[in-house]
Amino acid sequence: MAANPEALPQPVKFTLDGVEIEARPGETIINAAKRTGTDIPHLCYSENLRPDGNCRACVVEIEGERVLAPSCVRKPTPGMVVHTKNERARKSQKLVLELLIGDMPETSYKLDNELTDWAEKLNVTAPRFQTRQQPAADLSHPAIAVNMDACIQCTRCLRACRETQVNDVIGLAKRGHHAEIVFDIADDLGQSSCVACGECVAACPTGALSNATGAQQIAADKTVDSVCPYCGVGCLLTYHVKNEKIVRVEGRDGPANFSRLCVKGRYGFDYVAHPNRLTKPLIRKTGIEKGLNEHFDPADPSKMFREASWEEAMSLAVDGLKAIRDSSGSNALAGFGSAKGSNEEAYLFQKLVRAGFGTNNVDHCTRLCHASSVVALLEGLGSGAVSNQIDDVANAEVIVVIGSNPTTNHPVAATFMKNAIKQGKKLILMDPRRTDIARHAEYFLQFKPDTDVALLNSILQVIVEDGLTDHDFIQNRTSDYEALKANVADFTPEKMAPITGIPAQTIREVAHLYATSKGSMIFWGMGVSQHTHGTDNARCLIALSMITGQIGRPGTGLHPLRGQNNVQGASDAGLIPMVFPDYQRVDNPQIHAKFENYWNASLDNKPGLTVVEIMHAALDDKIKGMYVMGENPAMSDPNLNHARAALAALDHLVVQDIFLTETCAFADVILPASGWAEKDGTVTNTDRRVQLGKAAVPLPGEARQDLWIIRDIGQGLGLDWNYQQVSEVYEEMRGAMPSIAGISWDRLSEHGSVTYPCNDEQDPGQPVVFKQDFPTENGRARLVPAQYMTANELPDDNYPFVLMTGRQLEHWHTGSMTRRTDVLDAIEPVPIVSINHQDLQDIGVGAGDEITVSSRRGEITAFARSDSGLNRGELFIPFCYHEAAANLLTTDALDPFGKIPEFKYCAVTIKAG
Amino acid sequence: MSTAENNTAPVDNRGKRKRGKIKGRVVDPNALLEIRALLKGESFAKDYLIEHLHKIQDKFGYLSAPHLVALAAEMKLATTEVYEVASFYHHFDVVKENDTPPPALTIRVCESVSCEMAGAETLISSLENALGDTVRVQRVPCIGRCDKAPAAVVGQHTVDNATTVSVQSIVESGHTRQPDPTDTIHFDSYRDAGGYSLLEKLLAGDTSAETIIKALDNTALRGLGGAGFPVGRKWSILSSQAAPRMMAVNIDEGEPGTFKDRFYMLKDPHRFLEGMLIAANVIDIKQCYIYVRDEYPSVITTLKTAIKDLVKLQFDLPDIQIRRGAGAYICGEESAMIESIEGRRGMPRLRPPYVAEVGLFGRPTLEHNCETLWWIRDVIEKGSDWFDSQGRHGRKGLRSFSVSGRVKNPGVHLAPAGITMRELIDEYCGGMLDGHKFYGYFPGGASGGILPASLGDIPLDFDTLQPHGCFIGSAAIIVLSNRDSAKKAALNAMKFFAHESCGQCTPCRVGTEKAAGLMTEEQWDIDALNDLATVMIDASICGLGQAAPNPMLSVIKYFPQELGLPENT
Repeated sequence: MAANPEALPQPVKFTLDGVEIEARPGETIINAAKRTGTDIPHLCYSENLRPDGNCRACVVEIEGERVLAPSCVRKPTPGMVVHTKNERARKSQKLVLELLIGDMPETSYKLDNELTDWAEKLNVTAPRFQTRQQPAADLSHPAIAVNMDACIQCTRCLRACRETQVNDVIGLAKRGHHAEIVFDIADDLGQSSCVACGECVAACPTGALSNATGAQQIAADKTVDSVCPYCGVGCLLTYHVKNEKIVRVEGRDGPANFSRLCVKGRYGFDYVAHPNRLTKPLIRKTGIEKGLNEHFDPADPSKMFREASWEEAMSLAVDGLKAIRDSSGSNALAGFGSAKGSNEEAYLFQKLVRAGFGTNNVDHCTRLCHASSVVALLEGLGSGAVSNQIDDVANAEVIVVIGSNPTTNHPVAATFMKNAIKQGKKLILMDPRRTDIARHAEYFLQFKPDTDVALLNSILQVIVEDGLTDHDFIQNRTSDYEALKANVADFTPEKMAPITGIPAQTIREVAHLYATSKGSMIFWGMGVSQHTHGTDNARCLIALSMITGQIGRPGTGLHPLRGQNNVQGASDAGLIPMVFPDYQRVDNPQIHAKFENYWNASLDNKPGLTVVEIMHAALDDKIKGMYVMGENPAMSDPNLNHARAALAALDHLVVQDIFLTETCAFADVILPASGWAEKDGTVTNTDRRVQLGKAAVPLPGEARQDLWIIRDIGQGLGLDWNYQQVSEVYEEMRGAMPSIAGISWDRLSEHGSVTYPCNDEQDPGQPVVFKQDFPTENGRARLVPAQYMTANELPDDNYPFVLMTGRQLEHWHTGSMTRRTDVLDAIEPVPIVSINHQDLQDIGVGAGDEITVSSRRGEITAFARSDSGLNRGELFIPFCYHEAAANLLTTDALDPFGKIPEFKYCAVTIKAG
Repeated sequence: MSTAENNTAPVDNRGKRKRGKIKGRVVDPNALLEIRALLKGESFAKDYLIEHLHKIQDKFGYLSAPHLVALAAEMKLATTEVYEVASFYHHFDVVKENDTPPPALTIRVCESVSCEMAGAETLISSLENALGDTVRVQRVPCIGRCDKAPAAVVGQHTVDNATTVSVQSIVESGHTRQPDPTDTIHFDSYRDAGGYSLLEKLLAGDTSAETIIKALDNTALRGLGGAGFPVGRKWSILSSQAAPRMMAVNIDEGEPGTFKDRFYMLKDPHRFLEGMLIAANVIDIKQCYIYVRDEYPSVITTLKTAIKDLVKLQFDLPDIQIRRGAGAYICGEESAMIESIEGRRGMPRLRPPYVAEVGLFGRPTLEHNCETLWWIRDVIEKGSDWFDSQGRHGRKGLRSFSVSGRVKNPGVHLAPAGITMRELIDEYCGGMLDGHKFYGYFPGGASGGILPASLGDIPLDFDTLQPHGCFIGSAAIIVLSNRDSAKKAALNAMKFFAHESCGQCTPCRVGTEKAAGLMTEEQWDIDALNDLATVMIDASICGLGQAAPNPMLSVIKYFPQELGLPENT
């Protein structure tokens, strides 16, 4: 800011409707007026969009000017005299409304139609002009109805699509009274590149773009503020409820999303009301074999299970676990908690496993996700969480995205990246696949799969050799630089070019750009972590930011994009075998003693097994009983034939979920639980924001809250648990976690979202960490060199293709939720295999035809999707389709440090049909 | 839900084409190859979008969807952004999968005021009947040949005083290229007659920027495109803006009734270029863009030749680029023209900020009609007295009147500013056509309103017509006789504005269409039309919407008898 206070922008005194008022610096006339009690009619103006001044409903008279001025765009100057409702201004305002309302259809597509509201307010009736010829409706899209007879060409939808979400689908084509809102090249919405984020629907003042269900014509009984249940961005939303059902979702202004949503958050809410919801406890019918066989039918559980009372089911569940604990020992038990449940559920679950089962064999799907990233971060920096939040891209100059497809998996986060790029920030994208965001990239490095270390080490080499290191930072804040430097010396861009497929010159430019910028941020995802050398990959990213000092200040840092809505929270709450809450090691004597004391229980002090290790142990009969809550390993684990065999081998499996998932096919007891919209609880997003969700609808049938089921199992196992309120569990958890010490339940109830670290009630929460030092033993970051190694299973003559698995925009992970929502499943209803069109041609398969993919471990048949973003010899399959489960193909080879499977690389072969 | 058979794919015929590819349109490899070949060596900077669309339209006869998608990918633009621009300009034909491409030959017949008066409607129906489906007959707005009405263009070959026969014979001859003009003053002739000596003086330091601006300040030379901004003052304002500064020259002459720019550019292009180079030097501008309407291909070729010849001057010249319009009158509006040069739709910008402060590519921009620059040399060389003294009836300067309609000698007539309509008809135009009695006139093109013969003695100049609800604009005069209807002419004008509205703002986009609808009725709803006029004048973003009601208001005021109203309502 200016040192001289007189140089600061000053408020502006001007006269509005005869009264002198003061506008804030930079404030427009319309906002100054609104703030002082005058509402000027407006249509194309919306507070969270760039003002466009095209509808002219907001015109006002500025004395001395020849024509009227748009108050949404104009800013007052000192002494300006403005009339917002004198005869001249009102006449034009009303005529604008009259011109528009005359062309509107009889009924409104939404209740709060801004045009009809303003017309009513200003008494504009009986338009005198002939109605235009109305365009036909376009109802081709499952989520969004297009009724252009209600369009007033205000372009709010266009600005929402092109400037807010930067999806670039909507245009205003032709001209004059033929001007029309179009999608792509005037294509039907259902055929267009529209991703159904719904930003346009939220922006449209008249309902020309509206929910296809007609939900906007329904008045809700109540609205409930909550958080989205899908990804780690943690968008805030509001449920609109009618007759105890959610009828629609609107974006809410949260620090992570600014009212934006993606197609899942906005249109993927109806799964909680799906007829397949588990409503009664279930017990396996005697003699029915475990497995995905002909008895397994999510629409009809009775083929495999019989309904039971809660009493019977809980007894059976608890007794089975107890029996194994008492006869084979605590470590014969394991629990999988949920990254999709609340923090309270995660905390109580791991406490149950530790204090109730007596083992540290507790884990969750982070193992399959960022386990390697977190290990590298804990090792290098002493903390596994992100250093800077997503919105910090506004402060960066350079944004690196590697092994992540944010427009698909963190769509709202991607919008902020795109906004930043439009502001001039440069994107360096590194991915073997050309993904949607590549069109915005300054540099797109389409490197060969699995060559991350080679690529990153070559960038490090350039930085070292060209003297681009931050010498002071290395000196004062890191250790072991010399070893790193020696390690990368041989990884010259020229040597690495044939390995990575990236030209040496490009490496040099990218290295320079990253190192010399005022602020460089690195975002990464599964492409980095889901490898047998995922930890090494992450070590290289850490090294990159350390040796250039691109950390510890705004616009810099390391951000592993956390996938699930609460994987960060679940990990923080200790749902991991080696650590208690807040990453305090179970094998540290002081920590161990502290928790034994805090929980008043005797606890195991050896790190437990991880997810895939547990599967192996189950097959080896070392683990005999499991309690799985809100996880679906029968779809999400690698090498499914093996994992499913492991699940089938268990003596006792208790599954707690909301649908009859594939994992349920192996269960002995199934406990019907709560969907996200049915519970109160906190979740922690990828940015370290703790946010509060609230129940919007009641539980169906006899389903119960996850939290109380866990409590009751605990009681059944002899734990003296009497929790009655969710807040009780939260506060106990907070007592064990210094990171959230300052975030009380009350504070969250009031503010909705607070960032950690937060040391006390006064601490607003620290968005940027590592400013002074790192939470390691000596306060310095540890640099760890990485060797270049290949993946576990390389392609060969029998299996010549590389398979990468991943996700899709519309479906969430194993599909248990999204395959059961009308809109999402309608957009992507069938399993697909993405493949380069020439590879398709070679085996004579047409786009959309059936294709069979096999690996050494399994085989699936799905439909071929031609994708020019893939190079030849590479396939991409999303793992959300139970009828063609990609993980039947994947390998369970693990990264030795993170124990994460190599989902992103295995060898397969393809054939037609 | 399907049963969980994990190895067999379900039978599903839903949207096979849809599931076979990613969302939206994908780049067709053949289309991409064609685009790359066509645009080899060209810049893919965004502002070249319209230039590239022209190349595709010129080569293939239309813009196919695959070509648009491929072009968008190459230029790193959104597909819809390319489509917005392609569909905005009427000279582009977007052809999607189910559309029929246009026939190989298009005949454009002008239907604006002067041509309608000369029988364009009859010509159009006659041509539509006579020519088969291999030819497309297209109605177009004013193509700047009003003095040779009715005007038609076969491909690019203009046909003056067109008849069905004369048009057909051009069609049959296959000569669809516009013949080059034969009386252009080329570089050598221009220079030999004293051309470029003022520029040389300036570059040699024998005269200064300050002197020139002062000289301009002292004359009555104002912008001749229609807005009439004092030239000296504009150059002063620009000189005080931060560098780098740009120049944008407006040859988008589209006002019905105007054709003076075409006349001057074809006859004496160097006089204009000298003025442009003097301005560039005085204001220190290193980049000049000349925007020429697409209906003037011979102006483009003439200017290209002239600009090439400038190398003979052996000076360092600013970078000069010609940009082609694509059939949009609104691009004659200075900020819309700038949008078009930047490769976008011609949508006028909100002001403030003004073009002099934030113009082309965000830089301060000197924008001039080409005729204004054409006069710079004469005004400076011959002095302000020379120019100012040439006026009549107390007015100053000269004016190039484009005269069309019911006079014996239509054409460009250089006459004293302030001359009256009657004087202009009698002294310059050879009087009214035989059998036609002077009835009324458009003093300033379609947007300047319509005056009755009873007001035929007002001096025609800047500022003199405003009290009568009219303005001189670009001095495009259309003369009506007792065989004409002002009401019909006003409807023609309103339809023109509705056709040319960019569509950005409600008063103009909706107002012009509704007004045209009301004006088509036998009985005009005067109250409703007056209200439409109010909101269009008061609340439109730009001059098109603000001026569009003028002819209609003129009819109500000056020709009430045509509306069945008593006089002096």
